[in-house]
Amino acid sequence: MPGHTDPGFDTLALHAGAAPDPATGARALPIHLTTSFVFESSEHAASLFNLERSGHVYSRISNPTNAAFEERMAALEGGVGAIATASGQAALHLGVATLAGAGSHIVSSTALYGGSHNLLHYTLKRFGIATTFVKPGDIDGWRSAIRPNTKLLFGETLGNPGLDVLDIPSVGGIAHDAGVPLLVDSTFTTPWLMRPLEHGADLVFHSATKFLCGHGTVVGGVLIDGGTFDWSEAARFPELNQPYDGFHGMVFSEESTDGAFLLRARREGLRDFGACMSPHTAWLMLQGIETLPLRMARHVENTRKVVQFLAAQPQVAAVGYPELEAHPSHALAKALLPRGCGAVFSFDLKGSRSQGKAFIESLKIFSHLANVGDCRSLVIHPASTTHFRMDDAALAQAGIAPGTIRLSIGLEDADDLIDDLKRALRAAEKAS
Amino acid sequence: MKLNVQGREAYAYTGGKPFDAALPCVVFIHGALNDHSVWTLLARWFANHGFGVLAVDLPGHMRSAGPALTDIESMADWTLALLGAAGVKQAALAGHSMGSLIALEAAARAPERVTRLVMLGTAYPMAVPKALLELSVAAPLKAIDRVVTFSFSTLAAKPSYPGPGVWLRGAARQLMRLVLRHQDDPTLFHNDFAACDRYTGGMNAAALVRCPVQLVLAREDQMTPTRATREIASALNAAVHTVPGGHFLMQECPDGVLDAMRAALA
Repeated sequence: MPGHTDPGFDTLALHAGAAPDPATGARALPIHLTTSFVFESSEHAASLFNLERSGHVYSRISNPTNAAFEERMAALEGGVGAIATASGQAALHLGVATLAGAGSHIVSSTALYGGSHNLLHYTLKRFGIATTFVKPGDIDGWRSAIRPNTKLLFGETLGNPGLDVLDIPSVGGIAHDAGVPLLVDSTFTTPWLMRPLEHGADLVFHSATKFLCGHGTVVGGVLIDGGTFDWSEAARFPELNQPYDGFHGMVFSEESTDGAFLLRARREGLRDFGACMSPHTAWLMLQGIETLPLRMARHVENTRKVVQFLAAQPQVAAVGYPELEAHPSHALAKALLPRGCGAVFSFDLKGSRSQGKAFIESLKIFSHLANVGDCRSLVIHPASTTHFRMDDAALAQAGIAPGTIRLSIGLEDADDLIDDLKRALRAAEKAS
Repeated sequence: MKLNVQGREAYAYTGGKPFDAALPCVVFIHGALNDHSVWTLLARWFANHGFGVLAVDLPGHMRSAGPALTDIESMADWTLALLGAAGVKQAALAGHSMGSLIALEAAARAPERVTRLVMLGTAYPMAVPKALLELSVAAPLKAIDRVVTFSFSTLAAKPSYPGPGVWLRGAARQLMRLVLRHQDDPTLFHNDFAACDRYTGGMNAAALVRCPVQLVLAREDQMTPTRATREIASALNAAVHTVPGGHFLMQECPDGVLDAMRAALA
């Protein structure tokens, strides 16, 4: 596809990384359900193992279907390459474990998905990796938390649970001044709403389970390298610019000037931790990505209508969506998220926990479950589910009220979603 | 490995093995605003198959100290000086794009020292459009984008380079950005383009080359189209090997280029 301009986002979402199958002519990408790949000869085998040739050996390390997914995601994010993983959590772990080890330190936003918080606050500590948490808007806090052993800064594009917009240009600038990369979780935004690498992030990951897959069918993750960080002379990162005994003394930054991180993440992280994606999952992710631009536009359109409706209801104390002027991240959202602030948000229902439960149980179209980013609309009441062990004071500390409801807006008719919410609001009122 | 060439530190990637000057030597020379990493698969293959490999960073590019050299003739002299610094009496020279002109000029200046000449993604003359030359001064990042757009033939080259999961256009763009940034020389892209554009010694050099010559060209190359090689190919009495792909053929067609290089250096 030679031309005078690079293909646009929608074209890349359909074509990047996959062409008609040369062996069969199949137009859709085949699912390469195979553990391993036949060598042409002993010499061919040796050259693949020794990175003298590009190709596939074993599907834990790489697979043609996964590679298409990885290349497409790198294209959409504006990166140099990507690695598909078993889940979003696996992608975060791969990013951390490639750069950090015992004695390392991370600076992270406080506004995180619970699973990410668990990993950083509890589990990594057990492996000798400490984390300092900083409120995402505390720019001086980010700067002062960096230590000589800090290996990365980390935040979410739209932070849990209040949708704080991460000031990527500022935090990225602080990271780079200190010689540290910025890793960003862009699950809620997808590259259609924001491309964090263009704003100053160096590494991006997604729980691809959510909007990328888009249909609530499979669990997966993906880690994208922007190739923006110059590892070649960074004393902080001997993992990437000093010989690695685990691969014949390879110096990753010499092997690949812009892909050193990916090379180590694949050759060590996938090889040794093994949290790879199934090719079947990669295929379903690609199916989802083909319609990502269409779906995200509709997700945002529906969300705006639902937000507008809820904000006008007397039973609703507050709606936390950054496009609303009252939201603390409103100005940042206008600058960084002009296409919209996604389709996941929370609102506070006035009243008790039992009213929250009544609201949830009266919904007919919204599905009550623990996920987001499905084409179907979803709902959860944190006080009675994910945070049910907390009393009201502890909930408040986490930014959650007894009546806080989280919605993930799907692709149904917006009028039907609003009717569903009206019915549930009436039920909640009766339960008072 | 690090060498001292013409009084300045120079870097050459050796294919993952210590360099042995006693082995038949092959020198890889990158193109404009690139570095040695465009050659790593080939370099590793030859280093593991009986060759001493030197994939250089040209002066002012990534790990080799600047300032950058401003004409092809100086770059050719530097390449020959690098051979001396590495203790190499004779070598095969392989160059891509701007590097192919450097290899040609070096083979002409020291024909007794060059055993084979392989010119990849080449053309002569290598005229750079005036608009692109101007853009490389006024807005080098835009010039990089323009070159990347013109340098690939597909959105799905397989297998990717240097391995699966790499988005070639993104990787090519970012490599050029890093090379531009690494020594804080915003004029580097223009410097390299101008060197290609100004080089007029190709036909004279061709007359002086004594070793076998192989041209490795890409069928859909828009930067150095195959038709722009006829005269120089004829003057060099070169064998021509064509592979699928665009200007960045080592990335788009790594196996095809390896086959051509193996044949050329056999």
